[in-house]
Amino acid sequence: MLKTQTITVNMGPQHPSTHGVFRMILTLDGETIVDLKPMFGYLHRGIEKMSEGRTYLQAVPLTDRLDYVCSMTNNFAYAVAVEKLAGIEVPERAEYIRVIMAELTRLVNHMMAIGFLFNDLGAFYTPVLYAYRERERHLDLFEMASGSRMMCNYIRPGGVSGDLPEGFLPALQKVIDINKKFVDEVDYFLSKNEIFLIRAVGVGVLPRQEAIRYSVSGPVLRASGVQYDIRKADSYSIYDRFDFDVPVQQEGDVYARYQQRLQEMRQSIRILEQAQKQLPDGPVMAKVAPRLKPPKGESYARIEAPKGELGFYLVSDGSNNPYRFHVRSTSLINLSALREMCIGFKVADVVTILGSIDITLADVDR
Amino acid sequence: MEFINNIFTNLMDWLGNWLLTFLPYWLMRLIIDFIVIVAILGFAVVAVLFLTWMERKVVARIADRIGPNRWGPFGLFQPFADAIKMLIKEDIVPAKADRWLFNLAPVVIMIPALLIYAVIPFGDGMYATDLNIGILYMVALGSITMLAMLMAGWSSDNKYALLGAFRSVAQLVSYEVPMVLVIVSVVMLTGSLSMVKIVENQNIPYILLMPVAFVVYLCCAAAEVGRSPFDLLEADSEIVAGYFIEYSGMKFAMFFLAEYINLFAVSAICTTLFLGGWKGPILPPYIWFLIKCFAVIFVLMWFRGTWPRFRIDQMLDFAWKVLVPLALLNIFVVGVVTKVVTNEWIWLAVMLPLNVVIAIAALSLLGQAQQRRVVEAREIAARGWPQRT
Repeated sequence: MLKTQTITVNMGPQHPSTHGVFRMILTLDGETIVDLKPMFGYLHRGIEKMSEGRTYLQAVPLTDRLDYVCSMTNNFAYAVAVEKLAGIEVPERAEYIRVIMAELTRLVNHMMAIGFLFNDLGAFYTPVLYAYRERERHLDLFEMASGSRMMCNYIRPGGVSGDLPEGFLPALQKVIDINKKFVDEVDYFLSKNEIFLIRAVGVGVLPRQEAIRYSVSGPVLRASGVQYDIRKADSYSIYDRFDFDVPVQQEGDVYARYQQRLQEMRQSIRILEQAQKQLPDGPVMAKVAPRLKPPKGESYARIEAPKGELGFYLVSDGSNNPYRFHVRSTSLINLSALREMCIGFKVADVVTILGSIDITLADVDR
Repeated sequence: MEFINNIFTNLMDWLGNWLLTFLPYWLMRLIIDFIVIVAILGFAVVAVLFLTWMERKVVARIADRIGPNRWGPFGLFQPFADAIKMLIKEDIVPAKADRWLFNLAPVVIMIPALLIYAVIPFGDGMYATDLNIGILYMVALGSITMLAMLMAGWSSDNKYALLGAFRSVAQLVSYEVPMVLVIVSVVMLTGSLSMVKIVENQNIPYILLMPVAFVVYLCCAAAEVGRSPFDLLEADSEIVAGYFIEYSGMKFAMFFLAEYINLFAVSAICTTLFLGGWKGPILPPYIWFLIKCFAVIFVLMWFRGTWPRFRIDQMLDFAWKVLVPLALLNIFVVGVVTKVVTNEWIWLAVMLPLNVVIAIAALSLLGQAQQRRVVEAREIAARGWPQRT
């Protein structure tokens, strides 16, 4: 037999489709991947250490910047953790507003994930911009409620920072109606595309046992056949009042993850409609001291963020700074399964598989 | 009407006659040929500049954006801004690159692209030369392009460039075969390799006689030029520009322009072979030629803005397992029909339905293969995944 050599290629930190500064050292035999070594840390900003020097309220804007696409759900997870630690009761209206914001964020994230998956596949920007057109409406809603489009700093321990303004609910209704049509449009245009099917079906398979072994969570886990959604399994906030399904796909390949996100968008729209109808009146913030001093102890709270399980582990020593602030980041744990998924496939597939896991480097590196 | 239709040929004739009054024949021929060459090359370059603008506008509009709109009305002067930018950029040669090959590759890629224009008939009697092996000349020139890509990839001393060069050679070689087979069937219908004769013999445009061959040729043309969905030569999101990753400044501009010159040339050939060249009622022939050419280019740009790209092995599968059998089947059909039937219009009546039948059969076979793949993936998942080595 011919003696061949493998070459080592660096898909370096500067790359148009590594979703941020992410480096992969690929060992290739021709075009087939023999080994993959991911290296991250290029976006490490020390958010955990910084938060330990700030009060619990001052740490909220830092959580915005963890997964910058879904700032509302980051805030939500942190707020739930602090409320668990300090035993704070959240008013009804605030809970409903939080759910509305979380589901809007889920829609935004899944739109962007699908759009960027197609960008990595080579459909040069067209699906991304269609997704962005709809995302703009969501960002307008966020701006109405919180004052900022992306770094919202809205959901705080104790409730929500401010009540919804006048025009929010009609605008929300309009967004829900438009989104229903948009999800159908995306399904119609993209799901049956021959080239997408041939690139995505059977590529980047993550078997069920491996998914559980790697602690993967979110759409990646559910696309591998494990019907586990924290909103149903370990219900937080008021999710047990809503009627929604947890979709699950069996194949665990890139196409399954795409379908999973599409179905989850439909379920999010269902939750939004119910939350909007049931929204009560009342205060939006509990009586919480600005320099919160929770009792000594620790808490771990997790939510179903759009990308997976986002958890915050807080240890309090009785002062107004957290003694230990740790983020169980979705993207990092999901990324650990990358090597498993990529070996045996081609270079072109690495980019597709990375796009289908849907990571944000800011969340990986914190 | 006659005057406008033949304005360029009449101009050259008049000029030739005037020069003949005081110059020897060989000098007049030299000057006339020189003027024709300069005119064609000038037209090619201007058309290519316009094409870069058109590409950005068309792809932008498909993606719900606007495209360049700052320089000039509708951004029409954008190509000039691009040209100036490329001219003033620093010319970097990597330290360990093979200097000779590195500097030669842009030249080698540009020349065959421009040479193709010598045989294209732009209008009635408007061509640089009527080579009686016109089509063969064009195919041969297409092969030199892949040599330039390999030179560029190898001499850049960069693994990405090398990967890009490997892929591009594989792709170009594979897609030459169905292209040549389709050209053979066109030549069988015409009876001559000369481009001018092919246009003259097309009383019915060959797209109506052989629509399947037209589709095959369009796929091959897109692959030869390296456009979506076959653009993994320069897959932006994978190997970051492939074989010309290390080039900057004017050398990069050469690669960039060569791609568009190739695009225009390949569309012009498609127009000549299938759409009837410059034939058409009312309007002057060269206007018809331009309209048809830009229609084909618009379709290729439409592909780029809409579809994702293939992986290299899927692309080669497509060429060898789908396009080559279709092209061979086409040759068979054309051969049988041209021998059995003599009247052109009966050709149309026989071949068009046959082509439709072939197309439906091919599409349904491909659809079944796709379904099988999907079902297979589901079965593998249901069985609990085999161990991968």
